[in-house]
Amino acid sequence: MRSYLLARLGQSAVTLLLASVVIFLGVRMLPGDPALAMAGEEATPERLAMIRADLGLDQPVWVQYGRFLAEVASGDLGESTRTGASVASMIGATLPVTLWLSLYAIVVAVVSGVVLGLVAERYRGRWPEWMANAAALTSLSVPNFWLGMLAILYLCIGLGLFPASGYVPITEDPVGWLVHLTLPALILGTGLAAVIMRQTRASMIETMRTDYVRTARAKGLGRTRVLLRYGLRNSLIVVVTIAGLQLGGLISGAVVTEQIFALPGFGKLTLDAVFQRDYPVIQAVVVLTTVGYVLVNLAVDVLYSVIDPRIRVGGRS
Amino acid sequence: MPQDAENPLLLSVRGLNVAYGDTPVVRDVDLDVARGERVALVGQSGSGKSTVVAALLRLLPGGGRITGGIIELDREDLAAASEARMRAVRGGRIALVPQDPGTNLNPAMRLGDQVADALRADGLRGPAVRRRVLELLAEAGVPEPERRARQFPHEFSGGMRQRVLIAVALAREPELLLADEPTSALDVTVQRRILDHLGALAEAHGTAMILVTHDLGLAADRADRVVVMLDGRIVEQGTPEQVLRSPQHEYTRRLVAAAPAAVVTQAEAGASREAPPPSDREASGDVVTVRDLVKEYKVRGRGGLLRAVDDVSFDVPRGGTTALVGESGSGKTTVSRILLGLEAPTSGEALVDGRTIAGAARAERRALRRRVQPVFQDPYASLDPTHTVERVIDEPLRIFGIGDRDSRRARVAELLDQVALPRDVAQRRPGELSGGQRQRVAIARALAPEPELLVLDEAVSALDVLVQEQILDLLADLQERLGVSYLFISHDLAVVRGIADNVVVLRQGRVEEQGSVDDVFHAPRADYTRDLLGAIPGAAFAR
Repeated sequence: MRSYLLARLGQSAVTLLLASVVIFLGVRMLPGDPALAMAGEEATPERLAMIRADLGLDQPVWVQYGRFLAEVASGDLGESTRTGASVASMIGATLPVTLWLSLYAIVVAVVSGVVLGLVAERYRGRWPEWMANAAALTSLSVPNFWLGMLAILYLCIGLGLFPASGYVPITEDPVGWLVHLTLPALILGTGLAAVIMRQTRASMIETMRTDYVRTARAKGLGRTRVLLRYGLRNSLIVVVTIAGLQLGGLISGAVVTEQIFALPGFGKLTLDAVFQRDYPVIQAVVVLTTVGYVLVNLAVDVLYSVIDPRIRVGGRS
Repeated sequence: MPQDAENPLLLSVRGLNVAYGDTPVVRDVDLDVARGERVALVGQSGSGKSTVVAALLRLLPGGGRITGGIIELDREDLAAASEARMRAVRGGRIALVPQDPGTNLNPAMRLGDQVADALRADGLRGPAVRRRVLELLAEAGVPEPERRARQFPHEFSGGMRQRVLIAVALAREPELLLADEPTSALDVTVQRRILDHLGALAEAHGTAMILVTHDLGLAADRADRVVVMLDGRIVEQGTPEQVLRSPQHEYTRRLVAAAPAAVVTQAEAGASREAPPPSDREASGDVVTVRDLVKEYKVRGRGGLLRAVDDVSFDVPRGGTTALVGESGSGKTTVSRILLGLEAPTSGEALVDGRTIAGAARAERRALRRRVQPVFQDPYASLDPTHTVERVIDEPLRIFGIGDRDSRRARVAELLDQVALPRDVAQRRPGELSGGQRQRVAIARALAPEPELLVLDEAVSALDVLVQEQILDLLADLQERLGVSYLFISHDLAVVRGIADNVVVLRQGRVEEQGSVDDVFHAPRADYTRDLLGAIPGAAFAR
């Protein structure tokens, strides 16, 4: 198990290194000139040259990349070219919002998706399955921003159940934090929940047809018990895979959701940075997102081996 | 044991009818089982025998349902019992030993827990569960039960898994065991040990047993009464002696005649195969020469080497048949893959017509490939379901660039004639054919490029006895007419007896014994060969 983990960590490191090249070049390919953006349209060529020298933009690309890598590795994300504030502090302020939002949304999605999937399989061909299917199809078809706006209109403004916008840190007011995040997390999680529900259901139907499920029933176990003890775990592999793959979608979904609910998160930071050609911030945001994505994939792989013992020992199947 | 005062009736099935959707699969089945009695239910695939078992447990798959009749267990009708009532019956009074140990255990659950679940279904709780689990595993013949109980199914061999399933079935001391082909997925020697053990346990506990099998010999060896099913009906029943010696129904007669074990025992009794020894054939010499063949695989994670094939030498005479016999892991398939040029040997040589595929240049390898063609075990998996039969058979011709469109079409028709399939099969797809027909298509495809050698890898193992016999007859006939040579790979000595000239017995990659079929069968020298011969079910035939 340990050597498996080490190997997977090594793979992740290589992935990150490759990603860093793509990120570095990608940001530099954006149209627009940061020096020009900083100095303004009226700047003299000398002033521009100075700013470029200051930012290291006059160096060859590979030197710039080396510096970028060294800085990222040492945790120095530089300063915003726009506000001069340290990028690390800007991220420190916004990252928790997005992390909490995503985590909350994932919990919502996995719990409701798996439960609905189980219900759909347990009551196959009866009304609970139809309801679950209808709910899944609806939440897949309705875009997040529309759902978000409807929720604000009816649940926040109409019924006053939730605040329509804003954020309170968990350290200041845990209840307020929960209240502010609940609606955005529900909205963000619905799409993923629908995907997970459908996967759980399909995978459960497969699993419940297997020989070992029949053998379990021949032991005298009830249908629900067999569903939970024999069906669920073997279906989870598929669910975990899908949830992991969908996480990228969740991150981009978070950007939109944060805009709708005016949450001061990563998404807002990213949008502002892109509009203002704030290279260091964009870079940092993308690097962190990539690191997050790679870590999630690592976690998914580790989860596999927890769920399915056959994956545990180096490939013996 | 026929029923009498001491053995009152345990199970009484009357007029049982089962249908899948609108298709009846079990019709008017009457079946009695006395306490402690062993009844064998025999039939080919699709005869409804497994459906009867599933119906007794009321665990019919998908659209299956009981459409009529009663299933009385101690005078209680299970066909009409509530689901809650059935839960008490399942495992408690009627238990199942399923067919395939590979698929009947939850891959993600420790084996001890899977046995424990059977006890927990009975309401047993606490440390008593664990104690009883270890007891049951030990009783079923699982060594080191404490350690093994914590392992997962993939860490067990097939035989060991079947022992776990037996432990599960016996957990609550049921009165009736339903053993549904409990060993057909296992090697013969393992099969014998498992059946001996299961029989002994059932006897010790006074458990009645319904043994479902396609193997008449096995049924006769292991049961007090044999019940023969065909197309969902019971066509004959009686003691093994009656059924084997004086079968009444036409189908049973054919079954008895075709049973490979019967062929063996008749041969033992003195009848000899009429085919001339290979040296008498017109074109003499060997088409295949294998010398000192070694194949090693790296074992991942352990840094070790596995010798799958260890210093193997044998020949296949031109126009004759050599059989490679062995259990799983004996290396027989690896040898065939090397001959087909799908793997390179570590050392030694495997020559076809004096040349090796492995070391040959591209063009020569192609030419050699044409001379050696495979037929695989599972005709359901080895034919592309989206191709028509014509395209399947035509494919090797196109690959080797033989003939033009018209001549290839004519050749396909000719090949269909040779394997005794109607020509209109050409436009059908494999899904529309029976297993036997599919295997004929696979043989036609293999014959298409006019090879000198067919590698038949368990080519009849997946087929029902009667179909098996037809295919073996076809193979013998084709050899006679076309002079093609066979490398016949099988785990089943009984089948080999009927078709091969020479036998090579492999065990763990090494040759245990080889020689002519008569020598090996009549005077086996290796203990292992004697073991294999002794394990062939059907001792009852020799009585």
